[in-house]
Amino acid sequence: MSNQYPKNTVQVPTFNTYRESDAGKPLVLDVRNLGIDFGGLTAVDSFSVSLGPTEICGLIGPNGAGKTTIFNLLTGVYQPTRGSVLINGIDTKGMSTHKVTKLGIARTFQNIRLFTDMSVLDNVKVGMHNQIKCSFASSLFRLPGYFAAEKRANARAMELLDFMGLADLADQKAGSLPYGVQRRLEIVRALATNPSIILLDEPAAGMNPSETTELMHQIRRIRDTFHIAIFLIEHDMNLVMNVCETIAVLNYGRLIAKGTPEEIRQNPTVIEAYLGKEDGQ
Amino acid sequence: MKKTLLNKDKGKDFLTYAVVIVAFVIMQFLSSQGKLSSAVTGYLVPVCCYIVLAISLNLLVGVCGELSLGHAGFMGIGAFSGVVLATLLKNTVDNATLRLILAMVFGGTLAGLIGFLIGIPVLRLRGDYLAIVTLAFGEIMKNIIGNMYVGTDESGFRFAIATAKPKLVGKGKWILSGAMGVTGIKKLSTFAVGFGLILFTLFVVLNLINSKEGRAIKAVRDNRIAAESVGINVTTFRMKAFVVSAFLAGMAGALYGLNYSSLDAAKFNFNTSINILVFVVLGGMGNILGSVISATVLYILPEAMRGLADYRMIIYAVVLILVMLFTWSPKVKEYTSVVADRMKHLFKKEKEAAAK
Repeated sequence: MSNQYPKNTVQVPTFNTYRESDAGKPLVLDVRNLGIDFGGLTAVDSFSVSLGPTEICGLIGPNGAGKTTIFNLLTGVYQPTRGSVLINGIDTKGMSTHKVTKLGIARTFQNIRLFTDMSVLDNVKVGMHNQIKCSFASSLFRLPGYFAAEKRANARAMELLDFMGLADLADQKAGSLPYGVQRRLEIVRALATNPSIILLDEPAAGMNPSETTELMHQIRRIRDTFHIAIFLIEHDMNLVMNVCETIAVLNYGRLIAKGTPEEIRQNPTVIEAYLGKEDGQ
Repeated sequence: MKKTLLNKDKGKDFLTYAVVIVAFVIMQFLSSQGKLSSAVTGYLVPVCCYIVLAISLNLLVGVCGELSLGHAGFMGIGAFSGVVLATLLKNTVDNATLRLILAMVFGGTLAGLIGFLIGIPVLRLRGDYLAIVTLAFGEIMKNIIGNMYVGTDESGFRFAIATAKPKLVGKGKWILSGAMGVTGIKKLSTFAVGFGLILFTLFVVLNLINSKEGRAIKAVRDNRIAAESVGINVTTFRMKAFVVSAFLAGMAGALYGLNYSSLDAAKFNFNTSINILVFVVLGGMGNILGSVISATVLYILPEAMRGLADYRMIIYAVVLILVMLFTWSPKVKEYTSVVADRMKHLFKKEKEAAAK
């Protein structure tokens, strides 16, 4: 493959790769000097971040800082003006979203985007689309391959739903579920694509404190069970500080700080970005 | 195990097949008893065609969520190519049914192929824009066929698109001659083949809907961005739905064409496209059984009212408006659900009483 870069590997002990178990393994996500302009507006500029195979990284920043834009750049919804995105060592330049997904990246959306008219189970099975090996002819004419593939898909989908505690709701219409459940279903659908990294866009938005606590456990459980990296945008600082191993802070489209939760908490630039400067200083 | 949605879908599919088969058996029985008037016998094949057309358009409009106003175009392609093939094979293939099936497959394939070629530029568009472009496609097809000359003469197979009739070399005959269309078609279509085509269509469309491909198509309809984010190539699946739909419409067109002694391109105009769309909308978007029933009722209704002369279209329009009001009005929906609940309650009570 021409767009295959030499794989960057996780080194110890650089800043965001301190999970020792990841040492020496290739990076799942490697973003280099990413930037995008919309007309004259620079929405994101020189953004770099890298994630090891089982890292949980948070992306925070004030409203309008460009966090979701970065997610859109990573998944190929937008094409970057500058810089590059490498997923599992492969450059995504010029790829459309569905191709980028096949490299092993999956996401959820800030404003939930489920297939509302389909059942919960079908939503997950749509997520498994590229895992289901069944030709067009065998689905049209119900050849034996169809039944085998469907059976496997159903079993796997139920397993995933069970993992997030949604198995009982499998036959419900996705659009009829309560908000928090819809968020969890989006995560299941993303997991169904068999990703090596998953992007969560404000997973705790609209959840009450107890649901958020539950979500924190689930995020860790996802990482530990599927051995995947998680990159998440979140405004709930309690969740970010507790779950993330590293945090990147964005303001006006630029990375202003990177580090462990402890470092970020004490970083003056971050405090300024969130609270503004104190008078007289 | 609990009754899952999967089983419910299967139940609905089963009901659809059952309704079609029972209707066929009843009509066959009546016709063998000689109880059907010649007018009713005349409706049978066109009804089959329109059912297939409605189902195939429903795949595009209801399941895929793309409004197409040019379905009659595909029907026309299938009709004329089927008729031409059947005429050419007159001396080589003796069996009339086989000739009809070959014509249908040819008509379907050609319509599917043209659907694919048209789909490449057209499927970049969405919503209203796609609707307008398909409308234009239907009209263009009608006009191309209206100026197309296909025939045989001593130099072999002849094909021309011209405004005036080209000259033939020596002894020969135009099969399709421009605006005059085709005349003297040997009627091949039978109700049994029509029924077979409906079953085939149901089989293909229902299987498609409940498969990986169908889920992808529905996902694209429900949320394009989310569908892309799980690795679905949106264009591919819109194209698949478009081509399958065109293929089935072409087959139905060939069956339709071979049911009449003469056929001209003007039949496959915008009105026909809209009529098919009306069947789909009235039967319910994505509801295959609904398409079957509404195509049957709405085809027969104006035909059966021929005696009322000009009033029939008024009555037809009023019926359409009433049905739409009844199926869409929230109040009516609420009322019917209340009635349904009461009925259920009543049955439960009766059962309990019977158990005691």
